[in-house]
Amino acid sequence: MENLSLMLAPLLSSKLMIVLIFGTLFGLILGVLPGLGPTTGGALILPFTMTLDPLSAIVLLTAIYCAGTYGGAITAVLINTPGTPAAAATCLDGYPLAQKGEAGRALGMATVSSTIGGIFSVVVLVFFAPLLAQLAYEFGQPEYFALAIFGLTMLASIGEGSPIKNLIAGAFGILISTIGKDFMTSIDRFTFGINELSEGIGFIPVVVGLFAISEMLTQSTLLDQIFNRVALKAVKLPSISDYKKTWITILRSSGIGSFIGVLPAEGGTVASLIGYSEAKRWSKNPEEFGKGSVEGIAGAEAANNAATGGAMVPTLALGIPGSATTAVILTGLIIHGVRPGPDLFREQPDFLYGIFGAMLIANVLFFIFGFFGAKIFARITLVPNKLLWPMIFAVSVCGTYSLSQSILDVWIMLFFGVIGFFMRRYGFSVVPVIIGLILGELVEGTLRQSLVIFEGDWLRFLTRPIAVTFFILSLIALIFPLLRKKKSNE
Amino acid sequence: MSDVQKSKGADKKSLPLFFNISFKVIFIIVLISSVLLYFTFTFEEVPPILNRGIQPATFPKALLILIISLSLIVYYLSIKVPWNIEKKLPNSFYITLASFIIFSVVSVTLDFFLGISVLSVIVSFFWGERRIFYLFLVAIIFPIIVFIFFETILGLRFPGGIITNLYYN
Repeated sequence: MENLSLMLAPLLSSKLMIVLIFGTLFGLILGVLPGLGPTTGGALILPFTMTLDPLSAIVLLTAIYCAGTYGGAITAVLINTPGTPAAAATCLDGYPLAQKGEAGRALGMATVSSTIGGIFSVVVLVFFAPLLAQLAYEFGQPEYFALAIFGLTMLASIGEGSPIKNLIAGAFGILISTIGKDFMTSIDRFTFGINELSEGIGFIPVVVGLFAISEMLTQSTLLDQIFNRVALKAVKLPSISDYKKTWITILRSSGIGSFIGVLPAEGGTVASLIGYSEAKRWSKNPEEFGKGSVEGIAGAEAANNAATGGAMVPTLALGIPGSATTAVILTGLIIHGVRPGPDLFREQPDFLYGIFGAMLIANVLFFIFGFFGAKIFARITLVPNKLLWPMIFAVSVCGTYSLSQSILDVWIMLFFGVIGFFMRRYGFSVVPVIIGLILGELVEGTLRQSLVIFEGDWLRFLTRPIAVTFFILSLIALIFPLLRKKKSNE
Repeated sequence: MSDVQKSKGADKKSLPLFFNISFKVIFIIVLISSVLLYFTFTFEEVPPILNRGIQPATFPKALLILIISLSLIVYYLSIKVPWNIEKKLPNSFYITLASFIIFSVVSVTLDFFLGISVLSVIVSFFWGERRIFYLFLVAIIFPIIVFIFFETILGLRFPGGIITNLYYN
C-alpha cells in the first residue's frame, strides 16, 4: 500500500507531470520519425537532464522510452516504414489494413495493445525487480562477472543479425571502455599521448555518433526513397469483435515482451518479431496475416511495448541494461549519482517507485495522445529529411559538446558516426557496441577483483554455483543459434 | 536496416579473393586489431605487489585476440555464404561525409557555429533543398536558436570564433 502511494507520487507533483507530458510528447515525435527513436532521442536529451533533479531526469527518459516505442507504430501503419526498429513487425499487417481504408482501426488496435503491453510490463517490473534485487545480494564479484558475460552472449545470441558479428561488436564496445587510465593501476591504455583520452571515452559521443550521425549518413543514401502515405481520418477504438479476436494475443505478447525485455538484448525489436510470429502460430486465421490482420498488429505492438518494462528490470536491479535505450537510462542514472542495484531498492524506494509510477502514467498518456493526436503526429513525417537532419546534426553536436565542453567529444561523435554507418552497412549491429561499452568496466573490474579473491586461480570460478550457472547459460546462448542455423540450412 | 544480405551461392565466381567485400572488411578489422594489439605490448607493466589480478594490458589483449579470431571465423563463413551488398554508395553520401570534414575544419579555424551553418547548408542543398528561405532556416535561424538555448538554459560557453566572439564580447 505504501509502495502504491509512492508510485502515484508523480501524479501529485505538477513538476513531474509536466516532465512526463513533455517526455511523452517528445518520445512520440521521436518514435514517429524514421531513423530517430527513443535511444537516439534519449542520448540527445541527456545533457539537458543535467538541469533537472535525478527523479525528474529519469522520469523524462523513461517517458521518452515508453512513448517512443509506441510512436514507431504510427509511421509503420501510415507509411509502411517502422518509426523505430521495434515497429518493423507492425508494418506487416498495419499498412495492409491501412491500405484497405482502415488506418484508424489499425492505429486504434496498435494504441490499445501498446498500452496494455506497457502497463502489463510495469506490473512485471514492480514485482520482479525487487525479487531480482534481493537475489543480487547473493552476488559477489565472480557472479557479477559471469552475469555480465551472460548478458553479452545473450545479446549476441538473440539480437538482430549474425551472432558472431554481434560478439565482435560487443567486444569492440568493451575495448572502447578500456581506453584511458586503467582504473586499478592508473596506467594509460590506448591514449596515444592525448591527455583528454586519459579520462576515457564518454558514453554520449559514442551513442550519438553510432545512432544519430550514422543514421544521417544512412539517410544520405536513401534520398530517392518514396513513401506512400495512407490518409488517416481518425483513430478508432477496436470493436468488441476485435477485442474478442485479440485479447489472448495481447496477453500472450505482453508476457513474451516482458520476458524478452528482461533478457539483455535488443528488447523491443526481438520481442515484437516473436510476439508477431507467436500470434500467427496460435491464430485461427493465420492466412490473414500479412494482409491486414488485427491480431498481427496486436501481437507485435503489445510485445514491443511490454519489453520496455521488462528491460528496466535488470537495469534497475542489477545495473545491467536490458536494451540500448535502457543503456542510455542507466547512463542518466549514473551521471545523476544514482547507483542502480540492490541497495537502490533498500535506500531509495521513493525514487524507484516514482520511476515505476511514471512509466505507468506514461503508458496512459501515450494512449491519450496517440488516440487523439495520431493525425497530428503523422504530419511530422512530412518534415523532409533535407531539413530535419541538418537540424538533428546541430543538436547532436551541441549536446555532445555540452557534457564536458570538449571539442574532442565532437570529433569522437563524428568518428563513431562513420564507424557506425559502415558497421550497419556490413551487417554488424551497433547495439552490442553500446552494451559492451556500458558493461566494459563491470566485466573487467569484476574479473580482476575475482582473480584477486581467487589468488589468480581461474579454476576457482568453478567453485561458485551461481557463476557456473551463468557460464553454462552463456555457452548455451552461444551454441543455440549455431545449431538453429545448421538445422535451418539442412 | 542493414544493406547486407546473404545469399547462397551468390557472386561466387565473379570476384577474386582480394576484391571480395568480406575479405576487405575482415582485412581492415584484423589489420586495425593487430596494430592495437601491438600497442598493448607498449603498455607499462606494474610490479607484482601492485598487480590486481592481471596486468593492465592483459584484458585488452584478450579482447583483441577474440576480435581477430571471430573475424577470421566470419570470413570463413563468408566464403561459404558470400555477402551481397545491395548497391553502390551514392554521391550524396560522399558529399555528406565531406561536409563533416568541412565542418571540422571550419569549426576549428573560423567558428564552431559557422561550421554548423556551413554543414547545414551543404547537406540541405545537396539533399535537394533549393528554396532560399528553408536553406536560411536550417543554416542560420536554427543554429541561432540552438546557440541561445544552450547558452542561456544550460549556461554553456561555446568555443570562441569570428561569430561567437561577437556575442561573447
